[in-house]
Amino acid sequence: MSVKTRTRRDILGTSALRPDAVPKVQGKFAFSSDLWAENMLWGATLRSPHAYARIVSIDTTAAWKIDGVECVLTHEDVPGKPTYGLIASDQPVLARDFVRYMGEPVVLVAGDHPETCRRALAAIKVEYEVLEPLVDPEKSIDLSVPPIHPDGNLIRRQQIIRGDQSLIGEVVVEGNYELGMQDQAFLGTEAALALPDPGGTGVELYVATQWLHEDRGQIAACLNLPEDKVRLVLGGVGGAFGAREDISLQVHSCLLALRTSRPVKMQYSRQESFFGHVHRHPARIWMRHHATKDGRLLRVEARVVMDGGAYASTSSAVLINAVTHVQGPYKCEHATVDGYAVRTNNPPCGAMRGFGVVQACFAHEGQMDKLALACGISPVDIRLINAMETGDRLITGQTILNSAPVAQCIRETAEIPMPPNMTNDTDVLAIPGGSGLTATPSKIRRGIGWGVSIKNLMYSEGFDDFSTARCTVEDGRVSLKFATSEVGQGFVTLAPQIARTVLGLDEVFIETIDTGIGSAGSTSASRQTWMSGGAVNGACKLVATNIIAEVAKMRGLDPSTLQIQGTDIVDLSGNAVESVVAATKGKRFSETYEFHHQPTGELDENGQGDCHTAFAFVAHRAVVDVDPDLGLVKVVQIATAQDVGRVLNPLSLLGQVEGGIAQGLGLAVMEEIIVENGRVRNPSFTDYLLPTALDAPDVIARYVEVPDPYAPLGAKGVGEPPCISVTPAIVAAIRDATGVDLLRVPVRPQDICL
Amino acid sequence: MSLENQSYTLRVNNKSLDVQDAWIGESLLYVLRERLGMPGAKGACEQGECGSCTVLLDGEAVCSCLVLAAAATDADIRTVESIGDGQTLSDVQQAFVESGAVQCGFCTPGLIVAVENLLTHNPRPTEMQVKEALSGNICRCTGYGRIFDAVSVAVARRTGVSQ
Amino acid sequence: MIYSPKSISNAVQILQDDPDAQILSGGTDFMVEVNFGHRAPTSVLSLRAIKELCTWSQQDGVIRIGSALPYAQMETGPLAKLLPALAQAARTVGSPQIRAAGTLGGNLGTSSPAGDSLPVLYALDATIIIATATGERRMAVKDFMVGPKRNALSKGEIITAVELPASTGYQGYSKVGVRNAMVISIASACLVHNPIDRSVRLAMGTVGPTIIRASAAEKWLGEECDLASASSITPAICAEFGRRCGDESQPITDHRSTAEYRRHAVSVITSRLLERCAAS
Repeated sequence: MSVKTRTRRDILGTSALRPDAVPKVQGKFAFSSDLWAENMLWGATLRSPHAYARIVSIDTTAAWKIDGVECVLTHEDVPGKPTYGLIASDQPVLARDFVRYMGEPVVLVAGDHPETCRRALAAIKVEYEVLEPLVDPEKSIDLSVPPIHPDGNLIRRQQIIRGDQSLIGEVVVEGNYELGMQDQAFLGTEAALALPDPGGTGVELYVATQWLHEDRGQIAACLNLPEDKVRLVLGGVGGAFGAREDISLQVHSCLLALRTSRPVKMQYSRQESFFGHVHRHPARIWMRHHATKDGRLLRVEARVVMDGGAYASTSSAVLINAVTHVQGPYKCEHATVDGYAVRTNNPPCGAMRGFGVVQACFAHEGQMDKLALACGISPVDIRLINAMETGDRLITGQTILNSAPVAQCIRETAEIPMPPNMTNDTDVLAIPGGSGLTATPSKIRRGIGWGVSIKNLMYSEGFDDFSTARCTVEDGRVSLKFATSEVGQGFVTLAPQIARTVLGLDEVFIETIDTGIGSAGSTSASRQTWMSGGAVNGACKLVATNIIAEVAKMRGLDPSTLQIQGTDIVDLSGNAVESVVAATKGKRFSETYEFHHQPTGELDENGQGDCHTAFAFVAHRAVVDVDPDLGLVKVVQIATAQDVGRVLNPLSLLGQVEGGIAQGLGLAVMEEIIVENGRVRNPSFTDYLLPTALDAPDVIARYVEVPDPYAPLGAKGVGEPPCISVTPAIVAAIRDATGVDLLRVPVRPQDICL
Repeated sequence: MSLENQSYTLRVNNKSLDVQDAWIGESLLYVLRERLGMPGAKGACEQGECGSCTVLLDGEAVCSCLVLAAAATDADIRTVESIGDGQTLSDVQQAFVESGAVQCGFCTPGLIVAVENLLTHNPRPTEMQVKEALSGNICRCTGYGRIFDAVSVAVARRTGVSQ
Repeated sequence: MIYSPKSISNAVQILQDDPDAQILSGGTDFMVEVNFGHRAPTSVLSLRAIKELCTWSQQDGVIRIGSALPYAQMETGPLAKLLPALAQAARTVGSPQIRAAGTLGGNLGTSSPAGDSLPVLYALDATIIIATATGERRMAVKDFMVGPKRNALSKGEIITAVELPASTGYQGYSKVGVRNAMVISIASACLVHNPIDRSVRLAMGTVGPTIIRASAAEKWLGEECDLASASSITPAICAEFGRRCGDESQPITDHRSTAEYRRHAVSVITSRLLERCAAS
């Protein structure tokens, strides 16, 4: 992508517009699924119809005979490592002996038309010995079932033991919470175009992904190629939300391209996409909170069970996020936590926006409401009494060094005006049931609920997390190079804002996003503003220093007396020495910078250690209307105040906040992949319901700006917090409206009215 | 390829375009994208539940994934590529860009067609009419707020009324 | 092969000559099956060009709606005034894009118990007009649908129209879904009050293998109240009516909902429909 960006005013703090918005509104932006190559074949995947089965035989003869079929591949055709995976390499590229979840890839075909491929897949005969699937996570914990994978059924257990283990509070509340399996449901399904090098010595892959370099490493190993023979270019990404952190069709498309010596395009259908990526972990969480009678939280006990499905993906990291966040954004000295991430024959689960904290938050916020009730104080006051501050310790023993304006988030949210009450004039589309005309307005009940959360930013547990960027200035023009995946979040807007601000130059180009530079890490964990923003900022500052040095040298000045202000290089008295454009005329400056965040540590067996990097906070207040007789809900308004450190782009920020809230609303009242005995029952947009324009609430957002001393731009990541505590806030509001003790999401109509 | 094929002509964006030797089961979405070089309409659900593939068929917004291309030979088909003049943006497109209504952008072309269609039929829609008109276009990134804002901006500019 | 006849007689003749030709109307069900690989058409008979299927007319209190008239045209305008419940049902069909393409012929041809318009046709005792090789036959809608996704249409036949009586009293429709737009029905119902023949007719969708007429509840109601007007319908009668409708439903549990909820929900909405009738 090389897009001329806008004028001087598009510096940090302004609502600079997306450089890719113009081609996107015209339909000209090339998403991965839009790519095309001369002589291209289509690739397709045969998937397991069973949750657990032994493969007896695979017969591809009939598929080979179909006109237009160019290639049929099984596990025997994988030239390199037979497995892949983000943390543990435990997932077969193509199933060999066993299939461990419904939808696991078994055979690949390449053909001249998608319909040819479909017929070829139908012609392949796979004989299975169907086995009883392991679908109950508790059976993976108690080891009562033989391992379904050589790595065993327990992916990870982590306890947190801190403080007085026998402390009993004056007030004790407990609850069993459950979360269903949510799908990221990005709109642009998995897609890639693989272009083989002549002679099969390498491959170029255009792919929608969150992390080009991690993909490359896994692909090269499976293809048995050196990493420098596998070049990845970011194809246009139609949303991600965690689902593109694991690889899906990357190795498959390369295998088919290398075998046929022709370009191969793969694109999942929506149904296949539900089987082709990991989901949010379903979880069962028991919690018991101990507090003083005036509501001060003393001790949290919790047992967290996360169903990782058939393969590990990021389950171990998701578990750590869940168990280390069970206290929520509240002071708490004593903790007894036991967490498990387990393997089952359910669909594999991994990264989704919120990454384990969504699950913990639903439970801890339910507990705070129970505590408020038990102590006879309001949901707002219970949260204010316990609100965490900078300097407080987490139950892991880690001290919060970041800005932590929890109380301020709550107070500012509480100040946001309530929406008007429903009246007889309220449009039927705005009340529960909508155009279905189910509601009798006089029977609708309104409820209000609260949710507050803490979310770690970036990677944890000792991972050397870094991002790389190169800044080149030539003739007054900046070009930026990085491998940061743009998935819709807006780094392509932010990076030029940084460059303009640091360098005082208006024209900024973004070079192709590919593996032609060092890794940027994943576009996940709310980390790219901090990490890649830090890298771009660092590279631009190095270049700025070089430009100043050059000007100082030419003019015989001390470089320490010069700096860039606006578009000029100025001296100590603020007088312009020369414009940056003029200073760089006919010259070229280029620097690469690698930004690392502060090192983190491991957790010990008692769950103690400084395992996280930084934290952000947010408060949500939900107002809902409920039809108690039918159990139908309309979310009316979400008020929120978010701890963002510093607002870098108000328009982009609001987009993240509103979008995250819609996803949290989905989990609260409609989104769930329904799995029965390992079988997915609703892999389609007819039956997996996403919020529509008529389900979206009014969102009123405020930002709490306390610049973070550790953040390179003072700004915290803002992607995940919006979707975390909004879910418990909505459920609390439904409880408030109905009096029903709802402990499971998504809340189904029958949970309310039966 | 041994599929059941047929050749036919479609009228897209005021041009007659030949489709050669195409499998008769192909949707209009597939033919536009893979045979006619117009990838603006996007596919995301194959069953009319997302609106990403919205085009105008004889002046009505429909899901092109649910139109059998070979049976649409008598139809006037308009795609997102016909909106604006290819260089300058339409007022709706401009409003989407300025209002932050675009994030990943995958739903955007379908929304642009749906909004243009709405404003053609109803130049001054109420808030609820906008929401109902766009209720078949799923957006997973924005939560719709900036999209509603973009429609308000476009309506205000088109009607000369500030909202 | 794609056939695009311009008249019903041509269409019927094509089906005689090519009995395997698959009938395509709005495409909103047909193409989903193609896209999902459940249907691979070799020849298709498109009804698009047969203009008379896309029109409606009114004569002597009977409204005749062409089988290929899109739902969008039933939502508003003069047809909506004549058949308010049909307008309400049409507004709940899929999305605006689906309503611009989907048709009554499609709902009837697919014969899903979740077809949004079907409870209206049942409550109004609609007549289905079918073109055959020898002319035309007419069937009551209750005889047309014989099971989930099964109907009495024979090979070589085309649904051409639906005949419905114009509204003479209150009529209303209600549909339960988990989202406020674009949602498959979990339970639906249509209630039609006819003060002239002193009847209330109630049909329920998605709570049985076909659409279910709550005949016993209708009869009970007729015995409880004089339905020459709605004024004698009390809240207690509405509640009991809903309970009785629920008793007549035969819902199943599937991934969209439970039998228990569907029965409950259909009781609530049928009761509320009668309340609206009483208040009308």
